[in-house]
Amino acid sequence: MKRREFLKISAALGAAGTMPTLLGGCAAKPLPGSGVVTTSPTICNMCFWQCAGTLYQEDGRPWKVVGHPDDPHCDGRLCTRGTGGIGAYLDPDRLRQPLLRVGKGGDQQFRAVSWEEAFDHIAQRMQAIAERHGKDRLALFSHGDGGNHFHRMLQAFGSHAYAHPSFAQCRGPRATAFALTYGESVGSPDRTDMGNSRCIVLIGSHIGENLHNSQVQSLARALDNGATLITVDPRFSVAASKSAHWLPIRPGTDIALLLAWMNVLINERLYDQDYVALHCNGFEQLVRHVQPFNPEWAYLETGIEPAKIRETARAMADAAPAALVHPGRHVTWYGDDTQRCRAIAILNALLGSWGRPGGFYSQEKVDLPEYPAPKPDKPATDWKAVLQPDFPLVGTGISNRLVERSVGADAFFKGWFVYATNLPMTLPGARDQIAAAAQSLDLVVVVDTMPAEITGFADVVLPECTYLERFDELRNKPERTPTLALRMPAFEPRYQSRPAWWMAKGIADRLGLGHYFPWQDLSEVLDWQLRQVGSSLDEMQKKGVKRFPRKGPIYFEPGRPIRFKTPSGKIELYSSLLADNGQDPLPRYTPPDRPPEGFFHLNYGRAPAHTFGRTINNPQLFELMPENAVWVHPSAAAWLDIASGDYVALENPNGRRSNRVRVRVTERIRPDSVFLVHGFGHTDGRQRLARNVGADDADLMHNVKIDPIAGSTGMRASFVTLKRVGKGELT
Amino acid sequence: MTTYAMVIDTRTCIGCGDCVVACKNENKVPAGLNRDWVVEATRGEYPDLQTEFRSERCNHCGHATCVSSCPTGASHYWKDTNIVLVAEEKCTGCKACIAACPYDARLIMHPQGYVDKCTFCHHRVDQGLDPACVSSCPTHCMHFGMLDDRDSNVSRLLRERRHKVLLGETGNDPHVYYLL
Repeated sequence: MKRREFLKISAALGAAGTMPTLLGGCAAKPLPGSGVVTTSPTICNMCFWQCAGTLYQEDGRPWKVVGHPDDPHCDGRLCTRGTGGIGAYLDPDRLRQPLLRVGKGGDQQFRAVSWEEAFDHIAQRMQAIAERHGKDRLALFSHGDGGNHFHRMLQAFGSHAYAHPSFAQCRGPRATAFALTYGESVGSPDRTDMGNSRCIVLIGSHIGENLHNSQVQSLARALDNGATLITVDPRFSVAASKSAHWLPIRPGTDIALLLAWMNVLINERLYDQDYVALHCNGFEQLVRHVQPFNPEWAYLETGIEPAKIRETARAMADAAPAALVHPGRHVTWYGDDTQRCRAIAILNALLGSWGRPGGFYSQEKVDLPEYPAPKPDKPATDWKAVLQPDFPLVGTGISNRLVERSVGADAFFKGWFVYATNLPMTLPGARDQIAAAAQSLDLVVVVDTMPAEITGFADVVLPECTYLERFDELRNKPERTPTLALRMPAFEPRYQSRPAWWMAKGIADRLGLGHYFPWQDLSEVLDWQLRQVGSSLDEMQKKGVKRFPRKGPIYFEPGRPIRFKTPSGKIELYSSLLADNGQDPLPRYTPPDRPPEGFFHLNYGRAPAHTFGRTINNPQLFELMPENAVWVHPSAAAWLDIASGDYVALENPNGRRSNRVRVRVTERIRPDSVFLVHGFGHTDGRQRLARNVGADDADLMHNVKIDPIAGSTGMRASFVTLKRVGKGELT
Repeated sequence: MTTYAMVIDTRTCIGCGDCVVACKNENKVPAGLNRDWVVEATRGEYPDLQTEFRSERCNHCGHATCVSSCPTGASHYWKDTNIVLVAEEKCTGCKACIAACPYDARLIMHPQGYVDKCTFCHHRVDQGLDPACVSSCPTHCMHFGMLDDRDSNVSRLLRERRHKVLLGETGNDPHVYYLL
């Protein structure tokens, strides 16, 4: 067996096939930065972390983007993707002009049209939908701040329904569970105080491979300070490689481990007794609940040795309250995700970490008034009660439900606006359903910077300019220090691309709703808002970032009771809301489905070079990571007779096959699992770098488990096998 | 003689490649080429594993064989330091330096016919700034400074922490250090 693997993960070395001219004689190059250098502030849009940065141009050409030193999201340093942000601006495959689907039946194509024609077409179709079906029959799917402008336009029109896939395909169970337990969510950026933690527990969270900037920085700071890292993951993640304890858990059994940890903390009286007595409700029920779940029981489920379970529980207790059981971020795994996130929330309460240094801090944002504009009327009916009555604890749209309610002649929704989210690769195993919805919808508008699978379903494609070419709303996120940051255009929009606010306002004008956007340019709104808090657009164009004083304390005051926004006013270890809604009020462990013979758990995750599928075609980031590979344990590889570098196709039990993907044989994965970095396997031919490279995990998900509390899609209960693919053969 | 050193902490390096992209942009390195790169090395068998990430580049050796092997004097030390540069107007593209470098492909061929390599961002060092890779690193695992200064961050780290260099046995006297 190979005991050492040696991989260059950013290769592209050597002469790269270029032939040198044989004689020297080229002139010495000027040094970088010796020309005319100009700068302008921006907010990165390469992921959702929204780090503030500075764009540098030299002699009128884009040079580099670097992090803003005053910004708490980035602390002066952008991540890999942010540093490669200019690639998004320069990408030659960007959407260039508005496109309109023309023709019927098999002979459909996009025709480049003017903005006027695109807006007229959209407004006409919207009015036709309103006349025939009602004004509330349009749904917005959105990932990113530009979606707010379309949300406003659609609300003014009478369609309030929206969904951010970042809820039901990502953070939903976490948001729901922490709100049930603490009356508040974790927020974004997460309110974890990792830089001060003495012990950090990651449950399947691979911080470092997901490059959430300030999170990564604070984890590195904690490691520098000697914090104990405990990582629970079926894969030897980068975080696992930095850990004092790696617990290579059997996939899907995390709740068993969490219950056993509670069992140890309670029965060994290691929990924070003062904190629990002062702040928590339902401790007695919890004590009774966890009694059967001792480490010996958990060992049979998780494969983690009882001694290891006790040792790690004691390590947390030693560090408490500076002990953080990280809530994770993408947590839609097995369908009992709200229960698992509740178990994490409860464990933190036992350690006394919520509201304490090294645990979770209290966030504040700037009290920024809204620009004076008419408010859209409240809807006559609550669309959430109509469309998702079975999820009463969810206060936002559930994207998979909105898609379901868009399929067929009698579907509720008749039109979609899709802003910056590639639904076919975002929703698990939903490509056929989305295609079916596209058949019955009267209008599909897609707004994005890049072509993708979703644009193929559009009636109208609206090309947005990149973040380096536009103003957006001021960034005012909850943070340690209230902070405003400005995104402003460094360049004129390339081609015919335009900002989202300009499109939403233009469509509103066509609909006779222009008075909901009572300004000519978004910069007027920003300037007005900034003046209300003692700044101005002029000042922010120079500074980029401005910090404001906090109003309240960042941690709980010792010994002082807190009024939590829960029904009992306490931290609800026992959730009365869950009990009232017929759900388990204390976390229940459900054994996961096991793979059929010859199949593997399909695990997936992030890579630091990319954000989902959105950056694969970015020339700078593509060069760094041009394809994904399927991770396979050596014993599985021997059984399958495959080796590193071979091409295989992944196939799920329903016979759904992936594009071909290279094998990476590695000790870093359990023998019963395979792993893919998500975001590859684009099929849209207009992304000339990304098309047909690597495999898409989302399309292989056949066993999507809907969380009964959050309505979210469990995406880790699917299985695949590997099929050899011949040399050069495309599947 | 001033000796500059880069010190990289393998305990906090996550192999994210930010250093690679930052270098490419800062130095306007042509598409397809890199002056730095990241290596991942895993040892052991599941579940007893160790994975090390290393951001690698030119080692700016005190006894640089690329400098002594260069027939035209294009490869040279910058000012009175260990920073190895290539004067592109003197480089004939003969690749003697590539053959002489023990670090395997530390030097790349620019499309315009000369050898191009990491400069430790001497244009930034001249202004008192860290190299672009160091100043972009999101885990702060990279450090840069003068070894001659006992109080510099790099001197202190090398005093306090176990470390290694790559292929120290060649006698090239490399100045990129990895903390263990």
